[in-house]
Amino acid sequence: MSARWEHFAHGADIGIRGIGTTKAEAFEQAALAMTAVVIEPSTITARESRNVECAAPDDELLLVEWLNALIYLMSVQRMLFGRFSVQPLDRSRLQGEAAGEKLDPARHRAVVELKGATYTMLSVKQQCGLWVAQTVVDV
Amino acid sequence: MDLGLLTRRSQYEWEIPRHDGMRVPAVIFADEALMRAMDPKVYEQSVNVARLPGIVTAAYAMPDAHWGYGFPIGGVAAFDPDEGGVVSAGGVGFDISCGVRCLHTRLVRADVMRVQQSLADALFSRVPVGLGSTGLIELSPAEMDAMLAGGAHWAVARGWGAAEDLERIEECGQMRDAVPDAVSEQAKNRQKDEMGTLGSGNHYLEVQEVTEVFDAAIARAFGISPGDVVVMIHCGSRGLGHQIGSEFLRRMVVDAPRYGIALPDRELACAPLGSELGRQYLGAMRAAINCALANRQILTHIVRRVFAELLPHASLPLLYDISHNTCKVEEHRLDGGLKRLYVHRKGATRAFGPGHPDLPDGLRPAGQPVLIGGSMGAGSYILAGTASSESRAFSSACHGAGRAMSRHQASKTWTGRQVSDELAARGILVRSPSMRGIAEEAPGAYKDVSAVVEAAHAAGLARKVARLVPLVCIKG
Repeated sequence: MSARWEHFAHGADIGIRGIGTTKAEAFEQAALAMTAVVIEPSTITARESRNVECAAPDDELLLVEWLNALIYLMSVQRMLFGRFSVQPLDRSRLQGEAAGEKLDPARHRAVVELKGATYTMLSVKQQCGLWVAQTVVDV
Repeated sequence: MDLGLLTRRSQYEWEIPRHDGMRVPAVIFADEALMRAMDPKVYEQSVNVARLPGIVTAAYAMPDAHWGYGFPIGGVAAFDPDEGGVVSAGGVGFDISCGVRCLHTRLVRADVMRVQQSLADALFSRVPVGLGSTGLIELSPAEMDAMLAGGAHWAVARGWGAAEDLERIEECGQMRDAVPDAVSEQAKNRQKDEMGTLGSGNHYLEVQEVTEVFDAAIARAFGISPGDVVVMIHCGSRGLGHQIGSEFLRRMVVDAPRYGIALPDRELACAPLGSELGRQYLGAMRAAINCALANRQILTHIVRRVFAELLPHASLPLLYDISHNTCKVEEHRLDGGLKRLYVHRKGATRAFGPGHPDLPDGLRPAGQPVLIGGSMGAGSYILAGTASSESRAFSSACHGAGRAMSRHQASKTWTGRQVSDELAARGILVRSPSMRGIAEEAPGAYKDVSAVVEAAHAAGLARKVARLVPLVCIKG
C-alpha cells in the first residue's frame, strides 16, 4: 500500500503530506490529509462530486492552488470531501474531482475550518520512488 | 533559540546585528527564559524580514513571537514608501484584522454565576460558531460593497450597535481607503452568509471576570475594577480575509521577480507600495479590515441581546476593539522627524501611548487599551500603551500567549472531555461544537501568557493594567 497521507507538526497550525506512486496520487492524498484536519474522512459519504481545475507556474504552487480550490468549495458550498481523484498532471495544469456531501452539523463533528494552504514547508518531490506533496495549512 | 547569536541590549531587548543582506537589525523583546524557549525560526524569519526593501529602524519581534508564515507571528515591521518600501500579504497574514474586542457588562461575578449555565447555553446557541455556521443575514452584492467600505459604521447604521461604539474601535470603526472592487468575487462569495460568525480554531467569545488590577488609575480610566465582568470576543475577517490573503500571496510570489524582489522565503511575498499590485492589495486588505470590524460589531449585537434577556440590568458598552493582523499607515518618529510609514503587525497589537491624537477623548490620558487574549484556562490581560511604546517598536505590543504545543500533539495529549471537565471544576464553562477542537485549544498547549505580559510590561511595550479569568468560554 504505497498511497497514503499523514500529518506533521507545525507550531501554530498543521502540516499535511500526501504520498503516492504518481504526482497525481500524492495530490489526491494531500487533499485527504487536509480533510482529516477538519474531520475523520471516513465519516464523509461520497454523495456528489465537484470538478476542480487549476493552473500554476510550478508543481508546488499547483499544490497550493489545488488545496485552496478545495477550501473555497468547502466554504461556499458547505461541503466536506472524502474522496479525490486527480488526472495525470500536465506540468502546470490540474484537473481533478472531489466527492463528498453537504456538511451536516448534526452528524459531522468538524474540528476547525481551514483558512488557506500556505507556502510553509511546501514541497512536491520524488523520494525513494514515491511522490511526496506537502505543505502547512492555516486553521 | 541560541542566545550566542544575539547581542543583549538590555534585560528585555535582544538584537540580531545586521548581516547577510539585512538592511536593518532585528530586535526581539523578551526575558531570558522566553528567549531560550523561543522557536529558532523566529530568528530566521526576523532576519528575512530585515532584508526586505524599504524596511526602517529594525524588524521587531514581540515576547510571544513564534514561527509564522514569512514574518514571525508577533512580528512588527515598518516600511518607508519613499525608500522602495513594500507591503507584504504574508506580513499581514491569512486572517486579516483578526482581533479582540472587550465589552463591559456593568455586572459582577455573582450576577453572572447565578445564570452561568443558561448564559453559556444561550451564547452557544445564538452565536454562530464552528465550521459551516452561517450568520443571520445574507449580503447582496451592493450590501457587501457597502460593508467592505463602511466597516463597523455600516453595521451600526443597520442597527447592530450604537454610535458610541465607534469611537472605541481603531480607525473609529471604519478603515479609510478600502477598495471593495479590489476584492475578488470568490472572496465575497465566501463572506456573503458569514457575517456575524465567530469562526473556529483559536477564536472564542468569553465572559470573563477581572481578578486583579495592577494599575488602579488606568483601570479607572478604562472603567474596570476587580470583580467586574467583561466580554471578550476574538475573531477576524472570516472567509473573505482568508481568500484575500491566499490570492494576493500567490500573486505576490509570482510577480516578485518582475519587481526585482528576491524572496528568501516565498511567504515573504510582497509588492512595492507604489506598484499596482501593492495598491490593489492595500485596498483589498483595508476592505477585509472593515469586514472584521463589521463582523465583531454584529457579534457584539448578538451578545447584547443575550445579556438583555438573561441579565436585564446589564449594560454592555465597548471598552475597545483592536486588530492584530494589519498593515496601517501611521506617522512615526524617524531620523528626528515625523514620517508616514506602512506598519505591518502580524500577531502584534498597536499600543498608542497617552496623548496620542488617534485615541478618543475618554482614553487619551490613559493610553490605548491593549487586549491580550490568553488560553481558556490561563486568562487574559488588559494593558495600556505607554509613552515609551513609540520608541520601542513603533507603538506595538504582544497579542497573546502563542502555542507551546502543536494541535496534533495537543489532541494526542488530552481529550476534549478531559479539558472541559477540568475547566468546569475550576468554575469555567466551555461550549464548543467540537470536543477535539477543545483538546487542540487546551490551556496546556499554550505558553504562559503571564510571562509574555510581564516581559511586554518590563520592556516598556505596554503597561499591565488588569488580569481576567474566563467564567464562560464559547470556542469556535
